[in-house]
Amino acid sequence: MREAAPIDATDRAIIDGLQGGFPICERPYAAAAGSFGISETELLERLQRMLATRVLTRFGPMFQVERMGGAFVLAAMCVPDAEWLRVLEIVNAFPEVAHNYRRESDRNGAFNMWFVLATETVDGIDAAVRQIEEASGLPVFPFPKLQEYFVEMKLAVRS
Amino acid sequence: MSAQAAAILDATDRRLVIATQNGLPLVARPYHQLAEAIGIAPEEVMARLTHLLESGVIRRIGAVPNHYAIGYTANGMSVWDVPDERIDELGVRVGGLDFVTHCYHRPRRLPEWPYNLFAMVHGGSRTEVLAKVRAIAEIIGSDCHSHDVLFSTAILKKTGLRMAPRRDD
Repeated sequence: MREAAPIDATDRAIIDGLQGGFPICERPYAAAAGSFGISETELLERLQRMLATRVLTRFGPMFQVERMGGAFVLAAMCVPDAEWLRVLEIVNAFPEVAHNYRRESDRNGAFNMWFVLATETVDGIDAAVRQIEEASGLPVFPFPKLQEYFVEMKLAVRS
Repeated sequence: MSAQAAAILDATDRRLVIATQNGLPLVARPYHQLAEAIGIAPEEVMARLTHLLESGVIRRIGAVPNHYAIGYTANGMSVWDVPDERIDELGVRVGGLDFVTHCYHRPRRLPEWPYNLFAMVHGGSRTEVLAKVRAIAEIIGSDCHSHDVLFSTAILKKTGLRMAPRRDD
């Protein structure tokens, strides 16, 4: 894992304070900057830097695909180590693959590539699964959610 | 979220989604810049974004931190094999724990995968995550037939939704 880029107390306050609720107005950065005691320009510069150093992966609206008629489905593959790079390149090249993580456990080492498929239509999931299977030559196991009990991605910066 | 609840996006909404899916412009007047790019008034951009937020198409507008960079270096997907008739009650209780960020009922994939309850746990170390997983195990108790924790060892891709422009966008 790469070393994390250094962030200061103001960065931390921005990350914690701006995970939602960004204003919709003419000068939203100016409106948001006040609560951190910094100027509009400084907030913009800090956001630019944190995006460039990958402290932030994005800044902007988070879409709920299902509310647009689309679908978001977790899927997994068992990828042999010898084929890892080849399969990774194939899977990541699909625009439908929104996130992809390597996951390992002592007990179930078999499912080691876990990705989220995000498609504009519900039918798009099956099509993407078939295409990834054809391109990689390996089976893809979709894990659609049957029930959602809790989703809250907001995490406070650990000091 | 049911498909019936899906809000229908019109062509202008789609252009707005496509224009913002990589992020909001980092300029003093981001909504004005979007308006210019799309060819509508800034007031309409703001009104449409407000509506998309209210209808839940946009979950929120803000920063998406890289978990690793903000100290959550251990990220465990805990998975549990629990009786189907008990899963809703257990899912609500596990999802209510403050360290669980996502909790879902998903299908088993037998014989490879016996687990039907997924709970994502973030922490500063694997030890911390495993301690939290033990707290989940206590809640589930004898309803747990087997469980496992899959630690993420690399982020391979993280881009979010990519909506492709249609010919009419």
